[in-house]
Amino acid sequence: MTDRPAVAVSPYDEVPPARGRTARAAAAVPWLIAGLLALPVLVGLAGAALPAVGYLPAIGGTELSLEPFRRLFAEPGLGASLALSFASGLATTVVSLAGVVVFVAAFSGTRAFALARQALGPLLAVPHAATAFGLAFLIAPSGLLFRAAATVTGETQPPDLLIIGDPLGLAMMAGLVVKEMPFLLLVVFAALPQADGARRLQVARALGYGRIAGFGLGVWPAVYRQIRLPVLAVAAYASSVVDVALILGPSMPAPLAVRVVAWAGDPDLTVRFLASAGAVLQVGVTLAVLAAWIGLECIGGGLCRRLATSGRRFQTDAAVRAVAPVGVMVAGVAVVAGLAALALWSLAGLWSFPALLPSSLGLATWQRALAGTAGAMATTLVIAAAAAALACLAVVALLEGRRRSAGGAARSSERVRLQPAIAGLLYVPLIIPQVSFVFGLQVLILALGLSPSLCLLVVVHLVFVAPYVALALADPWFALDPRYERMAASLGHAGAATFLRVRVPMLAGPILIAAAIGFATSVGLYLPTLLIGAGRLPTITTEAVALASGGNNRTLAAYALLQTALPFLAFALASLVPALLARNRRGMRPG
Amino acid sequence: MSETTGLLLEDVAIRRGDRTMLAVSAHVRPGDVLTVMGPSGSGKSTLLAMIAGFLDPVFAASGRVVLDGRDLSGLRPEQRRIGLLFQDALLYPHLSVGGNLLFGLVADVRGRALRRRTAEEALREVGLDGCFDRDPATLSGGEQARVALARTLLSQPQALLLDEPFSRLDADRRQAVRALVFGLVAGRKIPAMLVTHDHDDALAAGGPIVEIGGASSTV
Repeated sequence: MTDRPAVAVSPYDEVPPARGRTARAAAAVPWLIAGLLALPVLVGLAGAALPAVGYLPAIGGTELSLEPFRRLFAEPGLGASLALSFASGLATTVVSLAGVVVFVAAFSGTRAFALARQALGPLLAVPHAATAFGLAFLIAPSGLLFRAAATVTGETQPPDLLIIGDPLGLAMMAGLVVKEMPFLLLVVFAALPQADGARRLQVARALGYGRIAGFGLGVWPAVYRQIRLPVLAVAAYASSVVDVALILGPSMPAPLAVRVVAWAGDPDLTVRFLASAGAVLQVGVTLAVLAAWIGLECIGGGLCRRLATSGRRFQTDAAVRAVAPVGVMVAGVAVVAGLAALALWSLAGLWSFPALLPSSLGLATWQRALAGTAGAMATTLVIAAAAAALACLAVVALLEGRRRSAGGAARSSERVRLQPAIAGLLYVPLIIPQVSFVFGLQVLILALGLSPSLCLLVVVHLVFVAPYVALALADPWFALDPRYERMAASLGHAGAATFLRVRVPMLAGPILIAAAIGFATSVGLYLPTLLIGAGRLPTITTEAVALASGGNNRTLAAYALLQTALPFLAFALASLVPALLARNRRGMRPG
Repeated sequence: MSETTGLLLEDVAIRRGDRTMLAVSAHVRPGDVLTVMGPSGSGKSTLLAMIAGFLDPVFAASGRVVLDGRDLSGLRPEQRRIGLLFQDALLYPHLSVGGNLLFGLVADVRGRALRRRTAEEALREVGLDGCFDRDPATLSGGEQARVALARTLLSQPQALLLDEPFSRLDADRRQAVRALVFGLVAGRKIPAMLVTHDHDDALAAGGPIVEIGGASSTV
């Protein structure tokens, strides 16, 4: 072996050509998929913006003009609508996040915390509309709370109060907070281990900081960096929500998004110009909310830095700790009690005011509801199953592309993560108001002469479902010990076999949970289903929300429960199936 | 030259940026165990990763690795026929013990019955007779290490790389597993490389020892 010339540049210096091409192709996949998912948003925005300046040849708009906006600003009560949308976006986010922060600060790492995590997980399955209906049955003047109060005060008539649909939108914001607080808490749960929360808190407390201050100054900034996109999504959603606003929000005037939907559905097609202008203005309102939120972030961040450098230890925080669980507990209890109220109403015969329980129970409502919703339930199921399955395929391709281009099985030293730009691209459909770009898509569909179809609905649902699937699957996907796949390769198995026989089965649990989250998201989607389905493809969600104005309480309760049942079944299956598959495999059990 | 049997490292050097982490030339004959020792961070495991085809792209390597006359340059890991054992057994938790072994067994052994018999024979060889249907998570650390060894041998590797495979085992089990591994390596006449911190491991391996960590080494 001495007669060989010294090797100056070895073959190892360059990645073999086939692998180089594969790696480059793999690197392109995440961009392609995230781009495809964000594309409908851009197209939809264009579809809303053009008619907003008068251009929509399909209904005779061929000249650019500002007339739609003039008409929009002449609408009565527009200022109040804008204020409602803005306040709802900001207040919902502030209250939800504040409740979550103090709760996590006071309890992270305790048994109560682990309990809360288990108890709140299933609440994720309850759709926005069902949460809002449940809350309505609790806090309405004839609801359970006032019935309970009446047993003390002896009142025989419901109080004459405007609670549901109050002009300030407080009930609507309460409905949003109740739904978003558990969501944000679960997002924080997922972020805590990566922020090394437990050890950072120990360090802060060992330095003499009280629990709340130690968490707030030592752990929270790292957690917040990770959950920022979901928080912004909550702010954007709350500023443009339609279903919760229809159920709990004011109507004279309604928040802007609700009015846009009404205009979009006007039989007079020329009102679409007005709707387009409204959709564009909604983007402005949501961006204003996000700007205000980012302003609050700056102020909060500055305050944190000041407190952290002041040296004060805030050891006496018993009072804060005492009130810390209130927000999250109220939200959790409200959702569960709301479901109970829905169940009671769906079974109730006669149920006059002060009585806490119905005087008779029966299944008549359910018989009618089941017969009446069979078609809508089937549509919901098909769309949600298709959207969740497609989203899983797309997200797996995206994550695997990212993993392989980042070194794939070769890299174990540092953890792979999604690039921030890709994560941001995935979140575009959750940040841009649904009403704005989905309305634009509807206009385009109209202009192209397409008719509503299941396929179209699945594609539009996919845009909203995929981000949540990606959010749920990214961490477990990148966390799998890469040595398992190295081992498979050293045993002689090629990439595809390793993927199907090692990675997929080892991640069966997280994949199914992500699919269930996608399924639940699709079931709960109201606005895209309404606008793209054009009323011809009703789902259980559009049917339930349609009952909000003047529907029968009992039917409404049954519909809301049916709407909740589908995601619950999906989550139950997603946790049962892996448990069954792994019943003889201790190493596959979570935790 | 191309007829050389065993594992040949020809002027192998691994660099990170401008820094050469290690440079080594060696010839491991069939049945021999070459022990690589060196302080943490000296690149012992990186050397094994390079030979097996898993080199992290932050590193650059030069030189040739030749196995039984076959130049491994540019081959994918699954084409190299190099068995790996880590300090964790890394048994697949979703498969039974037998499933893990069959996952490792080469495809040339055909027919369900024959494959199963072969796997059971391998279990007997590592002293775990009758564990075919067990859940790997219910085995002790030493037993898991034996299953991992059997799984790797069933893939009929032409060389074996051992990355501190005994370091998680307690003293008693360590000796037994070590004797088993080195016995099987000698019996199968395949070259092996062992990375370890432990001088007892190196002594038990009985082969040449190379210290790395900056200086160039030749065996």
